[in-house]
Amino acid sequence: MTMLTMAKALNAGLRRALEADPKVVVAGEDVGKLGGVFRVTEGLQKDFGEHRVIDSPLAESGIVGTAVGMALRGYRPVCEIQFDGFVYPAFNQIVSQAARLHYRSRGLLRMPIVIRIPYGGGIGAVEHHSESPEAYFCHTAGLKVVTCANPVDAYWMIQQAVASDDPIIFLEPKRRYHERGEVDESATPAPLHSARVARPGTDVTLIAYGPMVKTCLDAAEAASEEGHDLEVIDLRTLSPLDMALVDESVQKTGRAITVHEAQLNLGLGAELAARITEQCFYSLEAPVLRVAGFDIPYPPSRVEEEYLPDLDRVLDMVDRSLAY
Amino acid sequence: MSDASGASGEVELVQLLTPEGERLEHPEYSFSGDDDQIKSFYHDMVLTRRVDSEATALQRQGELGLWASCLGQEAAQVGSGRALGKHDFVFPTYREHGVAWCLGVDPLHLLALFRGVDLGGWDSQKSRFHLYTVVIGAQTLHATGYAMAVERDGLVGTGDPDRDMAVVGYFGDGATSQGDVNEAFIFASSYNAPIVFFCQNNQWAISEPIERQSRIPLYRRASGFGFPGVRVDGNDVLAVYAATTAALDRARTGSGPSLIEAYTYRMGAHTTSDDPTKYRLADELEHWRLKDPIERVKAYLTRSGSGDEAFFAEVEAEASDYAADLRARCLALPDPQILDCFDYVYAEQTPYLVEQKANFAEYLATFEGADSSDELRQAEPAYGGGV
Repeated sequence: MTMLTMAKALNAGLRRALEADPKVVVAGEDVGKLGGVFRVTEGLQKDFGEHRVIDSPLAESGIVGTAVGMALRGYRPVCEIQFDGFVYPAFNQIVSQAARLHYRSRGLLRMPIVIRIPYGGGIGAVEHHSESPEAYFCHTAGLKVVTCANPVDAYWMIQQAVASDDPIIFLEPKRRYHERGEVDESATPAPLHSARVARPGTDVTLIAYGPMVKTCLDAAEAASEEGHDLEVIDLRTLSPLDMALVDESVQKTGRAITVHEAQLNLGLGAELAARITEQCFYSLEAPVLRVAGFDIPYPPSRVEEEYLPDLDRVLDMVDRSLAY
Repeated sequence: MSDASGASGEVELVQLLTPEGERLEHPEYSFSGDDDQIKSFYHDMVLTRRVDSEATALQRQGELGLWASCLGQEAAQVGSGRALGKHDFVFPTYREHGVAWCLGVDPLHLLALFRGVDLGGWDSQKSRFHLYTVVIGAQTLHATGYAMAVERDGLVGTGDPDRDMAVVGYFGDGATSQGDVNEAFIFASSYNAPIVFFCQNNQWAISEPIERQSRIPLYRRASGFGFPGVRVDGNDVLAVYAATTAALDRARTGSGPSLIEAYTYRMGAHTTSDDPTKYRLADELEHWRLKDPIERVKAYLTRSGSGDEAFFAEVEAEASDYAADLRARCLALPDPQILDCFDYVYAEQTPYLVEQKANFAEYLATFEGADSSDELRQAEPAYGGGV
């Protein structure tokens, strides 16, 4: 067991992936000498060389597009997009190229590419550094989308993502990079595309992922003082969704609340609400409710705390759910 | 320079065979092959053109949804395709039918794509001819990444011609305006990747003339990225072959990327959906018809005595037979099954898609044995077959 921050856990996971397979390469802006703007790749270029840890020209489409070409020759590129808001220049290469080649070739070609994206707000950043773009990618057939919420998942999930033969969007909650947790490097991890119960409870199911898992755990702790026993689910995999675990929980509690930073309209919460309603209709005591960012572009950082779902907004929604 | 577009004669154009079929010498580029090789180029160009015209006809008869003709670009495609070494790898656009031919890709696969049977059915790894890319310029980055991988595999500059390899990324004049093409130039240059950027400047990006894409001759763009560029007469198969051979050698030996601008002309429409009479003059087509890539080789072979009427007739007959057979095989292509489409989205299938497929199959099964009031659905071939 080692106590690591999420950033260090990702670094350790990438290191193991690089050690395990010589075809793994890391590419992105500033990932080499600097170790990435969040230091997630710190020291990797020094140990694995410039051929495997590649400082890319400043061009996101180029980073992903060349990764497609490398993957076609058997490499397993791990691309870093420096910030969430910078992924859009690579959108075509992700959704129209990488996501489709397995399908177009009827399985002859594989795209074992991981695209790491630090995402979400809460760090007082300038514009385009606080986005939550997950829904775009979940909407794209051919991609898989995962996100870690703590160091131990970061450590294992990045290795599992690198080992996957499908293109994976790997979302890293940047405001949790420096939170610490125990990492057991000898454990057997859960499958990549599985959700987990982060806190068991009986009254209401909170469904969260990435940065909002901690928010929901804090909310559940506060609610327990008021006598409400909340279950918190950490989705981990956003596409495909692990609905079996979600359904089981909601059938038990009868109440579901989705929580994400991304905008409300057509966010993950909408899909979760539809699927839960379909699968758990006779168990529901209340409509599936959603806590999310508002349908405005990400606001200036001095008001972001009001934009981002927090403990109070989650608890307010819990009250509404219980009021039915 | 008065004509910034470079369409005037002030821009140097590598030419080894004039439109009249006369051989020229060039200080830097030469063609050292014999007339038998030129005859084989002629053969490949005639076959390419015949496949292309058959496909156009099939589209007109409703058998293909669309066709992107390569009429007029046979020398650019066969000249570059035939210059490829046995390990070199190609990333085409959606019009490189002549290059596909040179790499032994069955044209039936190209037709299948345009018929709507599949999305690219050839084994791209085996044929060294990647699947067609429709989003303009995107494949140049794939080509560059592939070349970066080749370099990592240690297959550049070993001095062993049986090992060294290079990559060719094809694109058109319109694509040079795309960010991806410019990014590909930068990545290739920065990493000294073993790649040849092969631009077929066919003068038109659907309705937009080259002047809308560039105010300088396209080959000169290369110098801004730090690698050499050359304009060749794209209707001269010998010049294209010579320039591509040189560029591939350069890439294989580790000297990095280069750009070839094959100056040619799209004699047909952009695709069968296009109507070029709305934006260009018939005169222009007539002008380029005089520079036809196949006619000049025929003129040369006739002049040199290497090709007689019997030879030309033989190639013509082979092309006709080939086209007839291709047509028959195209019409015999089975339609795809919608339920199969669920199986190739992921390398590792998801339970969700398994469920979605099963639900749809169950739904389709409800139409089995339906009475004649449901004949519309029964007539739809995509339904029922996979259930």
